[in-house]
Amino acid sequence: MSTGELTMHASRTARWARPLAALVITAALIATPYYFAPFRVFQLTMVLLYAVVLAGLNLLVGYGGQISLGHGAFFAVGAYTAAVMLDRFTTGHLATLPVAAAGCFLLGLGFGVPALRLRGLYLALVTLAFAVFLPPLLKRFEHVTGGSMGLTVPKPQPPSWTGLAEDQWLYFLTLTVAAVTLLVVRNLLRSRVGRALLAIRENESAAEVMGVRLSFHKALAFAWSAMFAGVAGCLYTWVIGFVSPDSFSLNLSITLLAGLVVGGLASVYGPLLGAAFVMYVPNLAQDISPAAPGVVFGLLIIAVMYLAPTGLAGLAARARQGVRRCVEHLRHTRRRPEPASPAEQTGPPQPEPQPLTAPPTIGKG
Amino acid sequence: MLTVDGITMRFGGITALDGVGFAVEQGTAVGLIGPNGAGKTTLFNCLTRRCTPDEGTVCYEGEDLLSLPPHAVAGHGIARTFQNLGLFQHLTVRENVMVGAHHRGRTGYLTAALRLPRVRREEARLRSLAEELLRRLDLADVADHPASGLPFGTLKRVELARALAVEPRLLLLDEPVNGLSHGEVEVFADLIRAVREDFDLTLVVVEHHMGFVMGLCDRVVCLDFGRTIADGPPEQVQRDPAVIEAYLGAAA
Repeated sequence: MSTGELTMHASRTARWARPLAALVITAALIATPYYFAPFRVFQLTMVLLYAVVLAGLNLLVGYGGQISLGHGAFFAVGAYTAAVMLDRFTTGHLATLPVAAAGCFLLGLGFGVPALRLRGLYLALVTLAFAVFLPPLLKRFEHVTGGSMGLTVPKPQPPSWTGLAEDQWLYFLTLTVAAVTLLVVRNLLRSRVGRALLAIRENESAAEVMGVRLSFHKALAFAWSAMFAGVAGCLYTWVIGFVSPDSFSLNLSITLLAGLVVGGLASVYGPLLGAAFVMYVPNLAQDISPAAPGVVFGLLIIAVMYLAPTGLAGLAARARQGVRRCVEHLRHTRRRPEPASPAEQTGPPQPEPQPLTAPPTIGKG
Repeated sequence: MLTVDGITMRFGGITALDGVGFAVEQGTAVGLIGPNGAGKTTLFNCLTRRCTPDEGTVCYEGEDLLSLPPHAVAGHGIARTFQNLGLFQHLTVRENVMVGAHHRGRTGYLTAALRLPRVRREEARLRSLAEELLRRLDLADVADHPASGLPFGTLKRVELARALAVEPRLLLLDEPVNGLSHGEVEVFADLIRAVREDFDLTLVVVEHHMGFVMGLCDRVVCLDFGRTIADGPPEQVQRDPAVIEAYLGAAA
C-alpha cells in the first residue's frame, strides 16, 4: 500500500469515526435509564445537571479568564425562582425554565459590570460576597422562600403516553437541556464572540486594538455563564423537588469551581468530567473514610491536580496523543524498508514550523 | 491623513511626551526614531487610544481620533503591531488572524449561540479572508499551529497578518525587526515594502534599526525625551547634529 493510499484510508476512517461515535454515545445515553436502577439514574441526572452549570462556568473561567466564586448563588437563584413559581403560582414546570434563565441572565449582567473594573482575585471576592450573603437572605424572606425550612414542590410528571417512570422522565428532560447547553456553548466558542473572549483572556490590549469591545464581551460572558447556572438550578428544583438555603451554601460555589478545574478548564469535555467528579467523588470519599470525608475529597483533588495539571480532560487528550504516537511509531518501524519520508506517513499533515530564513513568497515584490 | 499636534502626556512627574507634533501624508511611510524612553511607544498608545494625552489633538482623516473609544480605532482602518509581539499565544495562527478581522463581522451572542445560517456564512467569509492573508505571508503551513512555540521570525509575520486582517489604511509598526537576525531584517523589509504597495498602506514605523528605517521611510521624525528634535527626509535627519547627539551623547 502506498503512503498516499494509507493516508486516504486513515482520513476515511476518521470521517466515519466521528458520526459513529456520536451515534453510539447518543444510543447509550438514551438506553441508560432503562438499564440502571432508579438511584443510579438519579445520580446520572445530577451529573448532567452539574454539567450544565459547569459548561456555563467554563465559558466564563476557562475561556473568558475571569473567576467566579458565586456560581452556587446563581444556581440557587435559578432553583428558588422555579420553586417559588411552582409553590405560589400554578405555572407548570416548563414556564419556570425560561424565567429562571432570564432572571439569572439579568443578574449576571449586573455582576458583569463590576467584572469590567475588577480582575482576578478582586472579582472572585465580589462574587464570593454574593455567595455568602444569599443563603441568609433566603432565610430572612420566609413568607416567599419558606425560610430555613425551604420549599417542597411537585416534580414534573411523565406524560402517560411515554410510559416512563418519574426518574426516567427527569433524566430525559435533563439530558435534553444539557445537550442543548453544550451545543450552545460550543456554537458560541466557534464563532466571532468565542474568539473575542479567548483573545481577551490571552491579551486584553491586543484584543482591544483589533476592535474587540472589552466591556461588552466581559459583561455578556458573565451574563451567559450565570444564565446556565440558573438553568441548572431550575433543573435541580425539578429533580429534587425541594429547596432550602442550606443546599446552596458557599461550599457549593467552591465545589463547582473545583470540579471545573479538575475536569479541565477551557476544554469541551471538561464540564462533563468535572460534573462526574462533583457528583461521585464526595460519595466515594464518604465510603473510604466515613469519619473525615472532607480530607479524602481534598486529597483526591490534590492527587488529580498533581497527576493531571490540565484536568481530567487534559489527561484524556494526552493519553490519546500518546496512543496515536505509539501507533505511528509502530507503523513507521514496520514499513521501514520502503523509502519514504516520515512526514508523509503521519495521517493528517503536521504543520511544520517555517525555518527562520525562509523567504516569504510575496508577489509584486 | 494623520495630524498629531502638541501631544503632551505625563505619567506622574514624568513627561513622556512634550508637545509632539507631526503630520503623515497619505501613502507615505514615516519613521519614528529616538533613544529608548523617548516616548515612541507612548505616542503609539495615544494613536490607538490606549492612553489619552493630557494635551494636544490627533486628527485622522478629518476626524478627532481622541474622541473615539479604544475598540473603535480598528473600525476606522488603523492597525498596529506590538513591540514584543502581542499575539494570542494559545490560539492558532489562523484564529489569531481571524481575531484581526473581528470588526469586519457582526455576529452577536444570540445569533452565535443559535448558529444561524448568517453566522455560518460570516465564519466562512472571515475564514477565507484569513486564509488568503496566510497564503500571502507564507503562513499557510502553520495555520493550525498555536502561536506559542513558533519561531520568532514566523511570529512577526503572524502579527503582520493579523494587523492586515483589520484591513487598515494606516498601519503602525512598533519595532517590526527588533530581534531578527541581519538576513531576516532584509527579508522582512522586502515583505513590508511589498505589503505596503499591495494594500495601499500608510505606515508609521518605530524602529532602532537605522538601515531598515532609512531604506523604508520617506520621512523620519526623531524624538528625544518626549520632544521632536528632527523631522525631515531620512538623509537629512541622519546628519542632524541634534539627532547624532541624542544617540551618541554630546562630546565631552
